[in-house]
Amino acid sequence: MKKILKSMAGMVLATTLAVGAQAATLKVAYDSDPVSLDPHEQLSGGTLQMSHLLFDPLVRWDKDMNFEPRLATKWERKDDLTMRFHLRKGVKFHSGNDFTAKDVKWTFDRLRSSPDYKAIFEAFAELKVIDDYTIDLVTKKPFPLVLNNATYIFPMDSEFYTGDDDKGQPKDRLVKHAGSFASRNASGTGPYIVERRQQGVRTDYKRFADYWDKQSPGNVETITLTPIKEGPTRVAALLAGDVDFIFPVPPNDHNRIDRASNSELVVLPGTRVITLQLNQERVEAFKDKRVRQAINYAINNKGIVDRVMRGFATAAGQQGPKGYAGYVEGLKPQYDLEKARQLMKEAGYEKGFSITMLAPNNRYVNDARIAQAAASMLAKINIKVDLKTIPKAQYWPEFDLRSADILMIGWHSDTEDSANFTEYLTACTDESTGWGQYNSGNYCNHKVDDMVRSANQETDLAKRAAILQDVERTLYEEAAYVPLHWQNLAWGAGKGVQAESVVNVMNFPYLGDLVVTQ
Amino acid sequence: MLLFLFRRLVQGLAVMFVISLISFSIQDNLGDPLREMVGQSVSEAERQALREEMGLNDPFLVQYGRFMSKAVRGDLGTSYFFKEPALQVIMDKLPATLELVFGATLLIVFISVPSGVYCAIRPNSWLTRLILGVSILGISIPVFLTAIFCIYLFSIELGWLPSYGRGELVSVFGLWDSGFFTKDGILHLVLPCFALASIMLPLFIRLIRSEMVEALHTEYVKFAKAKGLRKVRVYFVHALKNTMLPVLTVGGVQIGTMVAYTILTESVFQWPGMGFLFLEAVHRVDTPLIVAYLIVVGGIFVIVNTLVDILYGLINPTVNLARTAQ
Repeated sequence: MKKILKSMAGMVLATTLAVGAQAATLKVAYDSDPVSLDPHEQLSGGTLQMSHLLFDPLVRWDKDMNFEPRLATKWERKDDLTMRFHLRKGVKFHSGNDFTAKDVKWTFDRLRSSPDYKAIFEAFAELKVIDDYTIDLVTKKPFPLVLNNATYIFPMDSEFYTGDDDKGQPKDRLVKHAGSFASRNASGTGPYIVERRQQGVRTDYKRFADYWDKQSPGNVETITLTPIKEGPTRVAALLAGDVDFIFPVPPNDHNRIDRASNSELVVLPGTRVITLQLNQERVEAFKDKRVRQAINYAINNKGIVDRVMRGFATAAGQQGPKGYAGYVEGLKPQYDLEKARQLMKEAGYEKGFSITMLAPNNRYVNDARIAQAAASMLAKINIKVDLKTIPKAQYWPEFDLRSADILMIGWHSDTEDSANFTEYLTACTDESTGWGQYNSGNYCNHKVDDMVRSANQETDLAKRAAILQDVERTLYEEAAYVPLHWQNLAWGAGKGVQAESVVNVMNFPYLGDLVVTQ
Repeated sequence: MLLFLFRRLVQGLAVMFVISLISFSIQDNLGDPLREMVGQSVSEAERQALREEMGLNDPFLVQYGRFMSKAVRGDLGTSYFFKEPALQVIMDKLPATLELVFGATLLIVFISVPSGVYCAIRPNSWLTRLILGVSILGISIPVFLTAIFCIYLFSIELGWLPSYGRGELVSVFGLWDSGFFTKDGILHLVLPCFALASIMLPLFIRLIRSEMVEALHTEYVKFAKAKGLRKVRVYFVHALKNTMLPVLTVGGVQIGTMVAYTILTESVFQWPGMGFLFLEAVHRVDTPLIVAYLIVVGGIFVIVNTLVDILYGLINPTVNLARTAQ
């Protein structure tokens, strides 16, 4: 019944749209530009935004974090190690070539040679072509995140990328620091093709006439994408009507966009968590759980969200946001100054101590101000903080050296999964597996690592979620680090741009499905 | 004259050498370029391998030697972000910046000369007080605030002028894309040019005014007036000509400053020129592009200063170029 209603609603929507749905032009301004037209060159928001325009994934996330079929129409689990995907028939690449299983295989093999994507596809043994429209993804061990990873498989036109370019280099060459054929040319199955591109200045996209998804209500014929770095300029361009769609909107400008008659603000809770790590190798006191807890109690996450972030964030008590497998409803942010002082006293640090703290000043929303707020909060339990904030370009080398007592780090899970946070941020540092690569707190609990390892092989998703929730609980009780908040996401849209229906928490708006009314 | 030019060339080359050495040696402190090129979850081992492949692990002298041996052949390296020769990338953006500087210079000339002269001739009128008052304000407001205010007033509130970018361009003889030949292009030029000019305008108005006041008190101006020459001729030919010498010198020095200020103006207006390019390159730790930019801008400074000296010699033949160069 629900389904019928839904499809009826869809029909009504489609007819109303057919009346007003004329080909529209959309001018978009983001804060950054994809580095290349090659979807495998860099794993970044910009690249993924571009991939959803030029290419199409096997499956993609919908608004409720479920999987939506794209180039794969259905999938089923064959056994513990194998997931079978049925591919869409009659799909054309921009070059005119037909899309088949061999393109998926070609893309998969190329992905595994990409430095940026290698780690994501580590769990896979191979991709087997069964017939032209069927493939099997085979993992080395039972692996629960096959579909999550399938959202990264954007099939490329294997024929188009075969052969040598005019410089005598193979067309499928994948390099970061020198131009390649694939970084300048693209043929995917996506809703748009690149018409003109001036890197860093402007890219023009035109709707692909043979796009397979005729059901899509999208009516945007051409897209002009201009990267506008400065927040105020981006906002001004929207308010002046020079662009129709912007991201991100700086917190200070939310009201202006909301109030203006020709624009609207779309806000979603984000999935990037901002945390502070307490370096136990450098500070003896941080080895004491009571001190770590005291710090957690002393920092007022909610206050930072209200005052520094102007409400544009969700205070966090754990790593993964709501909607993720490991999310535990009960783990609220802790704030109790009395309790914090009490814990410091118990640990024998009533008089406090002095530490250093390092944070970036242009990486996360209001990062430097968050760090200042946290530092002043720690002063209340007699911890004197010597805070330094530096640009991100200089920050990462310092972070790798773990060169301060408290370091700030934000993390978004590439797999939209809870385990990813622990693997990078709170697992024991292990250079051979890469676990704990960003664990500058040097927190190490082998029990937690084992739990995550077993979760990564648990294909029963309910059981798996239970394990990951246990992980969050343990980290919370141990005060392994200081969770601050999840950054929200905000887009600004001009009149008639129905942005709300195409934006998502991963921040790759499905512009192919965007409807613009005049 | 030839001797002067030759000396200037040698000096220029020495300056370029020092710039290349300095900019090359600071690049290690700018950050890790790999961090901007790879995703966050890429392992340290992968990054090391890439660093090795790109020659970033070589000792300083090896890297510098490699750079210099290519540089003398006109190759200043390849930009990490644009993946094209850095010099090429900069040259592609040069016209946009030159047009901005040119537009700003026009504004400065056409506003500062008449208002400076007016203020000198009518020192007590209300308009003079207004001009001088506004110019004090102009000196004390930073350029990006002026720019943001202009955007707010003229783009958002009034909707007269576009807020960012260069607009419609026309290719001139296939050499460069210019915004000076379309209405849209010119509209896009107005605000950035004004914002850029706003830093220099007060300075030039005041300079021209004070030089002019001085000139008006000289004997020959008094004599010219007494002879009954038309006032316009006295002011604009006799007096103004002699106020222009110091103005020209200051102007030459200020062109360099203006190129530097294009960085701010371009980033506020998303103007696709060299200054904006440089700022982005710093953010992205695109070291080859940063080094190339510093060298190119250094070159522009050297050339402009040489031209100013030559012009100076032409206007005032009593200046001996060869001697001043010693």
